[in-house]
Amino acid sequence: MAVLTFVEISEGKIKKASVEAAYYGSKVATQLGTDSVAIVLGAASAEELATLGTVGVKKVLHANDARFNNFDSKAFSKAVGEAVNAAGANVLVLSFNQNGKLLAPRLSVRLKAGYVPGGVELPEFNGATATVKKNVFSGKATAHYQLNTEKKVIAVNPNSLSPVRGTGTAAVEAFATTLTDADFSTVVKGADLIVGEIPLSEAELVVSAGRGLKGPENWGMIEELAKLLGAATACSRAVADVDWRPHHEHVGQTGLTIRPNLYIAVGISGAIQHLAGVNGSKVIVVINTDPEAPFFKAADYGIVGDAFVVVPQLIAEIKKLKAAH
Amino acid sequence: MKILVPIAKVPDTTSKIAFNDNNTKFSPDGVTFIMNPTDEWYALVRAIELKEKQGGEVVVIHVGLADSEQIIRKALAIGADKAVRVDADPTDAYFVAAQIAAHAKTENYDLIIAGKETIDYNSYEVGGMIAELLDLPCVALVQKLDIENGVATIKREIEGGTETVEAKLPLVICAQKELAEARIPNMKGIMGARTKPLTVVPADATEKLTTVVNYSLPEKAKECKYVQPDNVAELVRLLHEEAKAI
Repeated sequence: MAVLTFVEISEGKIKKASVEAAYYGSKVATQLGTDSVAIVLGAASAEELATLGTVGVKKVLHANDARFNNFDSKAFSKAVGEAVNAAGANVLVLSFNQNGKLLAPRLSVRLKAGYVPGGVELPEFNGATATVKKNVFSGKATAHYQLNTEKKVIAVNPNSLSPVRGTGTAAVEAFATTLTDADFSTVVKGADLIVGEIPLSEAELVVSAGRGLKGPENWGMIEELAKLLGAATACSRAVADVDWRPHHEHVGQTGLTIRPNLYIAVGISGAIQHLAGVNGSKVIVVINTDPEAPFFKAADYGIVGDAFVVVPQLIAEIKKLKAAH
Repeated sequence: MKILVPIAKVPDTTSKIAFNDNNTKFSPDGVTFIMNPTDEWYALVRAIELKEKQGGEVVVIHVGLADSEQIIRKALAIGADKAVRVDADPTDAYFVAAQIAAHAKTENYDLIIAGKETIDYNSYEVGGMIAELLDLPCVALVQKLDIENGVATIKREIEGGTETVEAKLPLVICAQKELAEARIPNMKGIMGARTKPLTVVPADATEKLTTVVNYSLPEKAKECKYVQPDNVAELVRLLHEEAKAI
């Protein structure tokens, strides 16, 4: 028996979301009194993979095969399925990130395993079943999913738990899959990465603004505040739709769902569709001229005031704080 | 080209969420149900656009009871050619995916376009599960889809940007924002939808892999701590010392 975590590599480095998943996998392994094992597909250095030991992984199965350097959901499902069998794993953990959201349901079918999409807490085991808490109805409620099957798949919501790093080193073992070229079906033609900005889906701090800013020319102070904090910038749907801001910044029900540690919303009223994308944030700050803005009901801290006065002061005060520390 | 679009029925975004039977069931009282937005706005409309350009047929499939007819007729009014309803109250995503895959196996679709997620369980499950059940390639979080000579060119979301991939049909796509512009059904579409074929088929027996044991609502709304607009320094102090967020 073992707990297996699917760990993704990007540019030779383990993805942050996968470190969280591996940490979660190790915690589950401790609950079950078994070993935490990881599966890595594609090129990566043994030194980088050994660092998974710091989050409790004992062994890394590494399929160092260039065909896995690009994500192909069908091929990855088959390969990870083989690793589950090789490791004798009863629990498979993935991140509920972009690739995990597709790979995990495929593996749930392949393994005939009950599946929790977007677990936010460790499972509770009760005999042969396990229950895991997840958010439903766009963050308006939570549900406990019970996994009825012997094999179980859990995809962990990014930023649900903070890994505590220890000193361990994981043993890295070569893993050969049986995949032939016919198993691969998608070909990557290129990527278009937003450069010079922190990816919104990964950001721990986010500064977001909406229609209250009156025009795209007024975003300078939002960008300055974000840069000062090391935060990503985001926006409401309304301003993405009129092209004041790029679509990839749109958070909300039809845009990105994010769960940063701090979300600062400037001039956003907080319609339910917007809240659906951000209500998992740990701390929410709302700055709005309208004291009736619904966003204040979801906020931890609020300032009823004019963004054009408050934001420059906020920048000045944060500069002072940074200078003092 | 034959395209299948699975559509789900979900509570309208603004619905008040409540549970009954000791918090074990979603309460439909007073809730307006709609077609799942990503299914309607992006998956269905892109399927119709591809058909309009290249010919073929768009079939919508829904797993649900007779009270779903309204959303099925809406999909037909927007432009789908025919509809299939699997007559069962869905128990979990695997059940839904298994019904859709069972139908797809008999029909040789070139393309299946699902929405990325439903807004009730936010699970991102059905598209990937159908693909695995049919042993097909699948690309998710798709913002752009073009088909030429049996090859799909797809733009999908990745961390910090997008990626362009190619895949041969048959293929499963999970659609999201930017794939298409929502269409409002016109009078001609609404009239035509009444006579388009809607076939009702029984469900296949399927294992129940997961069970929702219970639900809970947030214990209470957050208490917002207000800071005066002329005292921004206090906000920074609270964020640093109390929330430890900066």
